[in-house]
Amino acid sequence: MKKSGSELFKSLNVRPFIESLIAIFVGFLIGAIVLLAFGYNPFEAYYWLFQGALGSTRGIASTLKYATPIMLTALTFAIGTRTGIFNIGAEGSFYFGAIAAVIFTNVWNNMLFGLVMGMLLGALWALPAAVLKVYRGVHEVISTIMLNWIGWFFVLWLIVGPYANPNDPNKTIRIPVEARLPEIGYGLSIAVIIAVIASLLTYFLLWHTTMGFGMRASGMNEKAARYAGMNPKMAVMWSFLIGGLLSGLGGAMKIMGEGPTYAISQGGANIYGFGFDGIGVALVGRNHPLGIILAAIFFGMLRAGTALMQAQAQVPLEIIKVIQGIIVITVAIPSLYDLIKKAIHRGAAQ
Amino acid sequence: MNVGDVLTVLFTSLMAMVPIVLTSVGAAWSERAGVVSIGYEGVLLMSAFFGAIFAELAHNALVGLIGGILIGVLLGMLHGALTVYLKGDHVIPGIGINLLAMGVVPFGILAYWGTAGQHQLPHDAQMWHWKTPYGELSPMVFVTVLIAIVTWWVLFKTPLGLRVRSVGENPEAADALGINVEKYRFWSTVYGHALAGLGGAFMSVDWLGLVHKTMSGGRGFIALANMVFSGWNPLVSLIGGWLFGFFDALATWLAPKHIIPGQFILMLPYIMTIIIVAGIIGKARPPKWDGRPYKRE
Repeated sequence: MKKSGSELFKSLNVRPFIESLIAIFVGFLIGAIVLLAFGYNPFEAYYWLFQGALGSTRGIASTLKYATPIMLTALTFAIGTRTGIFNIGAEGSFYFGAIAAVIFTNVWNNMLFGLVMGMLLGALWALPAAVLKVYRGVHEVISTIMLNWIGWFFVLWLIVGPYANPNDPNKTIRIPVEARLPEIGYGLSIAVIIAVIASLLTYFLLWHTTMGFGMRASGMNEKAARYAGMNPKMAVMWSFLIGGLLSGLGGAMKIMGEGPTYAISQGGANIYGFGFDGIGVALVGRNHPLGIILAAIFFGMLRAGTALMQAQAQVPLEIIKVIQGIIVITVAIPSLYDLIKKAIHRGAAQ
Repeated sequence: MNVGDVLTVLFTSLMAMVPIVLTSVGAAWSERAGVVSIGYEGVLLMSAFFGAIFAELAHNALVGLIGGILIGVLLGMLHGALTVYLKGDHVIPGIGINLLAMGVVPFGILAYWGTAGQHQLPHDAQMWHWKTPYGELSPMVFVTVLIAIVTWWVLFKTPLGLRVRSVGENPEAADALGINVEKYRFWSTVYGHALAGLGGAFMSVDWLGLVHKTMSGGRGFIALANMVFSGWNPLVSLIGGWLFGFFDALATWLAPKHIIPGQFILMLPYIMTIIIVAGIIGKARPPKWDGRPYKRE
């Protein structure tokens, strides 16, 4: 009986899940120390954080709203990692998805067209990094970061220049009413459902198709994959393109699905940083689409709760980024699970 | 563009060169020993912030620079512990350090100075500069050149450097010869991050005299590109670093002129980075065991 229990334990593979939970705990713990050091009350801060994120239906809707874009940018990073590359370019593709939605829904007032063009431009912005990686051996961390910056300035120019709102200097022209994503209540649009479906499709692609098998095999061992007749170069290409496509979708939905403005705000304030947050989500979700859905909801909670935390406990909302950073560093500790288990055993033995 | 403008851009380029060269020299040493880090962006940002606090508390810019080094050392120890001793992935902790910096610095600026996003340093916390009609020049420019030369000399002309390189090229052989691979790798990582820490503090207490929440501006990554460009050679990275500093300075000089939209000019250093790295990469060869954890059999 006991044996079968431990077998089930192993088959569920709870180990990464537990490691992520430990990382989250460490993140909050060190976050509390930082709060104390700057003279804030961590209990009060965390209380209002969770109250804001989960204390009301509106709070939960807000959590899911924040989870949506980072779920998609996390998938970008995860697909990259599964194929053996560190694709940091979700940020840039996200910008292009957002601006594409603004541009093309105003060309043709159609929701689906906006989403498709967002995905296409997102993928297009991932293409240079893919080509440079495959044909020139340029490390993707450098190329994607540079593309993020170039994309940022380009989109910034579009925001203040050709697509600035002539009636409101604080934002771009809006998404036409008919092209906006339908709302499902409490300010939440169908974007969250689309993001979950995208996660499930990514899971299906990676683990239940020949193409996905080839991609994962190339990521695990490029040489072996090549000997087995697969094409690691194409795997890398597809990884970048599908990744860019997903982030582009995220950027498009961010603007098409979130009221009240349905526009990119000046300085790109409402499209910045989702790619970077997505990396954290992917790492906590262990680069698994199902883990990413959970991790995105957790990171969404952190974002959704900050407003109330800042209002009630006067804690700057940036503390959340501090906690996120520490969680990611903790996730990077290999065999964290074994270290903790050893420590517990030692404690129990004494 | 007259002679004065040329001199202005040249002076600015020498200042802009400093953080990039220091970081690429440090990164080159660390990678020669086999440890990759992409966390330098975060190191630059955090040491700029903490360096400024140190400088303000002591009313002395030098203390700020030392504080920056200290932050670099601490982050290098963190990265070294995770990658060298715990045999973890080399890229992920760097991502974590970058994310952490994106939180710590805006939070710290707000919590410590009570201003959002940016803080101007008082005069007594800023480094002394040579003032010329065409711009200012910091003694750190010369220190940076000296550090690059000395680092190159130690790395390629001394037994210590030979051991560091052997640890990155062939740790098995180094181990067989009785070199403590882990020790050399760990302290090389610390040295790399310490130099980046100096570069970060330079930005706040010396060059710009302010802390801004996005002041690293991709320089950590540009420095890595420069390291690749220079073939992991500290001496060559002086040239590359100056080149990037030049485009940085040119962008700053051109931006208010409204010849073409400022955003396009600001792209320049990043576009140049991609072009240079793409053009050079075929020839560049990293140390053999770069980024690979070494486990003793």
